[in-house]
Amino acid sequence: MDKKNTAFLKRPGVQTILASVLCAVLGIIMGYIILLFMNPEHATEGMVAILKNFFKFSGKPQQLMYYLGSTLVKSVPVILCAEAILFAYKAGLFNIGAAGQYTIGILVSLYTSLALGWNWFFCVLAAVLAGALWGALCGFFKAFCNVNEVIAGIMLNWIGLYLCNIILSNETCMNTTKSETYDIAAKNPSGVLPGFLQGVFGNNQYMSIAVPITILVAIIILVVLNMTTFGYELKATGHNKEAAKYAGMNAKRNIILTLAISGAISGLAASLYYLTSIEHFKIASSVPGMGFSGIAVAFLGGLHPIGTIVAGLFVEYITLGGQYLNTNYFNPQVADLMIAIIIYLCGFVLFFKSILNKPRKKSLDANKNNKVASGVTAKKEV
Amino acid sequence: MPMANKDLGRCFRMDDYVIEMLHITKEFPGIIANDDITLQLKRGEIHALLGENGAGKSTLMSVLFGLYTPEKGIIKKDGKEVHIKNPNDATELGIGMVHQHFMLVDIFSVLDNIILGAEPSKFGFLTKADAIKKVLDLSNKYNLKVDPDALIEDITVGMQQRVEILKMLYRDNNILIFDEPTAVLTPQEIDELMKIMKNLAAEGKSILFITHKLNEIMEVADRCTILRRGKYIGTVDVATSSKEELSSMMVGRDVKFAVDKAPAKPGKEVLKVENVCVKSKIHQNDSVHNVSFNVREGEIVCIAGIDGNGQTEFIGALTGLDDISSGKVSFCGEDITHKSIRYKNTHGMSHVPEDRHKHGLVLDYSLEENMILQRYFEPEFSNHGFIKKKTMREYSDRLTKAFDVRSGEGATTIVRSMSGGNQQKAIIAREMDREHKLLVAVQPTRGLDVGAIEYIHEEIVKQRDAGCAILLVSLELDEVMNLSDRILVMYEGEIVGEVDPKTTTLQELGLYMSGAKRDNRKEA
Repeated sequence: MDKKNTAFLKRPGVQTILASVLCAVLGIIMGYIILLFMNPEHATEGMVAILKNFFKFSGKPQQLMYYLGSTLVKSVPVILCAEAILFAYKAGLFNIGAAGQYTIGILVSLYTSLALGWNWFFCVLAAVLAGALWGALCGFFKAFCNVNEVIAGIMLNWIGLYLCNIILSNETCMNTTKSETYDIAAKNPSGVLPGFLQGVFGNNQYMSIAVPITILVAIIILVVLNMTTFGYELKATGHNKEAAKYAGMNAKRNIILTLAISGAISGLAASLYYLTSIEHFKIASSVPGMGFSGIAVAFLGGLHPIGTIVAGLFVEYITLGGQYLNTNYFNPQVADLMIAIIIYLCGFVLFFKSILNKPRKKSLDANKNNKVASGVTAKKEV
Repeated sequence: MPMANKDLGRCFRMDDYVIEMLHITKEFPGIIANDDITLQLKRGEIHALLGENGAGKSTLMSVLFGLYTPEKGIIKKDGKEVHIKNPNDATELGIGMVHQHFMLVDIFSVLDNIILGAEPSKFGFLTKADAIKKVLDLSNKYNLKVDPDALIEDITVGMQQRVEILKMLYRDNNILIFDEPTAVLTPQEIDELMKIMKNLAAEGKSILFITHKLNEIMEVADRCTILRRGKYIGTVDVATSSKEELSSMMVGRDVKFAVDKAPAKPGKEVLKVENVCVKSKIHQNDSVHNVSFNVREGEIVCIAGIDGNGQTEFIGALTGLDDISSGKVSFCGEDITHKSIRYKNTHGMSHVPEDRHKHGLVLDYSLEENMILQRYFEPEFSNHGFIKKKTMREYSDRLTKAFDVRSGEGATTIVRSMSGGNQQKAIIAREMDREHKLLVAVQPTRGLDVGAIEYIHEEIVKQRDAGCAILLVSLELDEVMNLSDRILVMYEGEIVGEVDPKTTTLQELGLYMSGAKRDNRKEA
């Protein structure tokens, strides 16, 4: 039977936004409840501090813009990782290896900058290529050995992490007593990304071209996915692999290419972040979480390249909000907890969306009941 | 006519209705699926429910089964009004349904499947002995031959269906709904099912029989209710009606059953298949073994056979979806055995796939995007890697108009929301419009109603007359007999015979299809 639900189908975008906002609001409410448990007296004050964030400087435009700039720069890696995951996801691939590709990006950008003293442009380029290679490796296993990209991705994450630990832990890159990489600004000034509108952002020295590049990447992804034959192929493969094969699309090539591009974006994320010199790499015992947060951000952003930017800014805004908490009453990690809850709820974005999107949901449930009732298990769902 | 062996001994008291669905109206956003429909089922009758795809048959049955609540109308059981809110209520009222796709657990035995959900137990332990006895009694009483210990995956489709029927009987259901039960059966199995249904009716069970096959209605049904586009058209006594009357009531106009076609004028050889073998994915043997034949310009060659005899695997290998393990395929004199799907697509092979959802369409793409599925990269539709959206739209609009593909929102309709018939038409439109010398059509009319079937058959004949070579694979014997110029019968992966549709009979075809007869063909 043909049930037309045009009224609903016409506004899937609205629903996606609604679902994402719902997640965010629920996350904040649950965060507030946790604050209430920790310190009921100052919970409201704490919540306001997190939400108000750098706007508490609203009286001083200079400082306000400075902190806004910092938030923008710090959002860059998580947004780009989310874009990488989104891109692969559209082609039906779950690139959990983005974390590893990001790690390889850190390794290459820092090594080329600190050990080899390259100019920032070549550092970024090298990191992008290395990320692409790491992604392509994952794609190669998937295409030719039929290894699930999640398994290969997780394996490559750890290999990437230990490579990074081993290579960066020499004296040319790392202050071994602090086990932290040197400041690029001090060691190799040509390796620092050029600034971008630093004057507007209260002379924030970290405000770099990373921000416009991120926006550019999101727009390019949007265009590639929706307007090009390559995007058409990728999405067709993502929606229905068999139909893509029937149409003569080269599945193996597309898998490798998609993961390579996804890896390149992850590598770019790492290089843009670390080459602002805002962050140093420390010997780590676990894979950087950026690639994993990216998964949540991509979903919170409704799997839309521009929505992902908004979601990334929001997540980073709340994370940084933790710094404004009064440490006498609260541990600043409460903000991380809230983000964790929001991220957890992100898993429900598609769930909320499917509720809103499917007026037939009820009948499907009923259908299931029917099968149980007549004592059968569905051999084939229609 | 099959009328002769009809059980005319049965008669019904007037107004002895077991189930009455009165003035049922069910709306969905934007569409009235059932508009004031009345269906009255007498005790012990076989009542056919006839209608095109999307006429509202399934919705009506879903209302009866408690899956939907109607906006208007009431349901009466034995003259008393009942409220069926969910399938459990329906089961309690003794309503059972055999679904088109069987709901069986493959790795369970027949007995386990029958008792599943209604297992007899004592202190939490199964007491199968009673169940076996009941099942065997039922199976003897209604002549439903099954082996209770066999696994579902090992038995034939016909037997699986008998298991489904036993499942309903085991639950003491008196009102049995058969949803297109013959779609998957061989002619012999269909005959048997017809006997079983008559038996059941004779024992006092009431049967609702959903179908679009008119022959079957003429053979077994007592009365027939016809729906068209959600509206009630009428209920007729089958004995005093005719196929022509039923079909014109269903479609709203007269329908031709025989395909009008001139004798074929075969030209040059287009496709030549030599000793093709395909390895099975499940067992050691070949699923396709030493298949050789040819197809020429301007003829329709049909591969007939019971489902699962290697047709799917052969077509997969021919079109490139699967690998050929040995043998040779030539296309217009060129060896294309190991060419890619893209190569075959762009060098004149069109393919209407067997499974439109798995292969034929990207369901979450819009209609226009599906229309260019194999052509998006051609200069006509792309420019420096960008898709020409305007051309795509115009192309899609032209095809949908030419092939009368109906959709809610035109070119931008998401294909998933279209009806099966229109999805199929969209594929046919796409494949026929592409430049091609060979059309491979696998079950092109599967699940379609007579109106749409007539249309697709006409199009295929038109293609043939325009000089296209056509390789048809069909499980429908009517289609095979009507449409083809030559018939090849496939049995267990081999071509066991070639017959001329003008001189053969359904019985002869049936013998070939069941492996009882085979020619010693010379290898081509």
